[in-house]
Amino acid sequence: MVQAPTTGTPGRRRAVEEPATSTEARRRAIRARRLRHGWVGLGLVVPAAAAYAMFVLRPLALTVQYSFYDWNGVTSSTWVGLGNYARLAENPEMLGSIVNALELIVYFSFVPVALGLLTAATIRKLAASRLALVSRTVLFLPQVIPLVAAGIMWTWLLASDGLVNQVLRAVGLGSVTRAWLGDTSTALPAVGVIGAWVALGLCMLLFLSGMTKIDPSLYEAARIDGAGPVREFFAVTLPSVRQEIGVAVTVTVISALAAFDIVYISTQGGPANSTLVPGLEIYYLGFFSRDVGQASALAVVFMLLVLAIVLPIQRLTREGD
Amino acid sequence: MIVSRREVFLGRALLVVLMLVTVVPFLTLFVTALHPPGTYPAGLAWPEDPHWSNFVDAFTAANMGALLWSSVLIEIGVVPVTLLIATLAGFALGHLRPPGHRAIFLTFVVGLTLPFQAVIVPLYYQMRDMGLLNTRWAIILPLIGLYMPFAVMWMRAHFVTMPEELSEAARIDGAGTWKLFSRIHLPLSIPALSSLGILLFLWTWNQFLLAVVLVDDPARRTMAGALGAFQGQWGTDIPLLCAGSLLILTPTLLVFLVFQRRFVSALMQGALKG
Repeated sequence: MVQAPTTGTPGRRRAVEEPATSTEARRRAIRARRLRHGWVGLGLVVPAAAAYAMFVLRPLALTVQYSFYDWNGVTSSTWVGLGNYARLAENPEMLGSIVNALELIVYFSFVPVALGLLTAATIRKLAASRLALVSRTVLFLPQVIPLVAAGIMWTWLLASDGLVNQVLRAVGLGSVTRAWLGDTSTALPAVGVIGAWVALGLCMLLFLSGMTKIDPSLYEAARIDGAGPVREFFAVTLPSVRQEIGVAVTVTVISALAAFDIVYISTQGGPANSTLVPGLEIYYLGFFSRDVGQASALAVVFMLLVLAIVLPIQRLTREGD
Repeated sequence: MIVSRREVFLGRALLVVLMLVTVVPFLTLFVTALHPPGTYPAGLAWPEDPHWSNFVDAFTAANMGALLWSSVLIEIGVVPVTLLIATLAGFALGHLRPPGHRAIFLTFVVGLTLPFQAVIVPLYYQMRDMGLLNTRWAIILPLIGLYMPFAVMWMRAHFVTMPEELSEAARIDGAGTWKLFSRIHLPLSIPALSSLGILLFLWTWNQFLLAVVLVDDPARRTMAGALGAFQGQWGTDIPLLCAGSLLILTPTLLVFLVFQRRFVSALMQGALKG
């Protein structure tokens, strides 16, 4: 999405390349060569385009098509028009899954982005120390393991006898202990904690790579002008990593809206649908209730929701670059 | 740089706390895996009698040898083909720029934000009609297609930065398009290709949704998909589950620690471009 602009056109370059004395025959040869290159170029795209069309564009079109039918995947289907969308609009379970996904954005995106900014700024200051070097590697570890493994780990940590509750009891907070993933009021935030734990390393490293590009003299100037660490952070650091923030928010927001692995492993959407997310609901509708039309209608709405949220973020952070 | 001592102290404290939060779950997993099978160990307590045999038990119970082999087969099916066709397309769209290259590229970009769940239902029926359900092809083929937006964009971004003069010079020396690609551009693309390869390897290894939906037999899944099945089967035996999880996530950690530099820069660029 962050793209370098394509510079120049092939035609202009060729014109420069050829000497001005080129004859009619020569010009025709150039045109023929360009055309041939054009065909070669298109030919090289064919395998990638075929794979993309076959396994992305075709199913995408089918999702839209299925959404207008009532179909159980086996017997013949019936046209229901917008019926599936109408049902979606008044179904608390499906609507609830969308609300849950939106709430997950807070934990999967805002928390790791904020913490990541703080951590990156800290590491930059301690740049030369061993601790800063080690922490870059360590904080990144959750990003490389399967999300399923992260889910299993944290399910155990957040269980009623898990480490989290043990620590709480040890510091005298025994009264708040509970099965964090099994309580309707805490299950969604508990799932969110897992997502935040995974995403922190990615955000931190993104911001760090942005901050290394900042001219150190800006910091010197800020300090000489009497700015404290807080002022310095908001006046110098934050504006400089605006593009990286945009990227981190985009990536983590998509991971929140499309959450599946962690929820599947840790709660299966329960208790009482309190952690149900669209990705999981599509899976249940499509492969357990065998309500293919309804699953597809939700998938279409889900896709539009992702675009409606991600595109404005892209536009916001691209401006002024 | 002007940094006060209090800032340094607070900064160090923050890093230590965050590192603890990151590492403790791994440690818990490891320590729990050493407890007697079938017990409910209390958090972070080193067992009196470490059951190292749990790892062997989990290895045999999960049929880990077959799982590893299955994941390797899927990686072999996905990564080289994706690299090849994405490089060809990236070279064409970024360097040759045939008529219509902008429109073609935009069509690929559209797929970038697409969550896999949006196409999983039709993919299931497509695989069923092709007779590929419950085979590794049901994971391999869709993954190649689903990786295309990112992989093509990645390789195009690389070829766009290649200086035009390079190709002009080669053309004047009489190189055709194929020679230009294989002798000049391909060798210069090795860093971009290897970064993309590492990312594709990791994403494939950790792919869960496709494995769960399209392949019932855990022995034909990706590692992450197999772990899901393992949890369903052994979910009540916490130490064994922890041992199995550790076995499955260790390869990713090893790849990370060995290729750390390339890995991190790959993921960074991946996020920045994606």
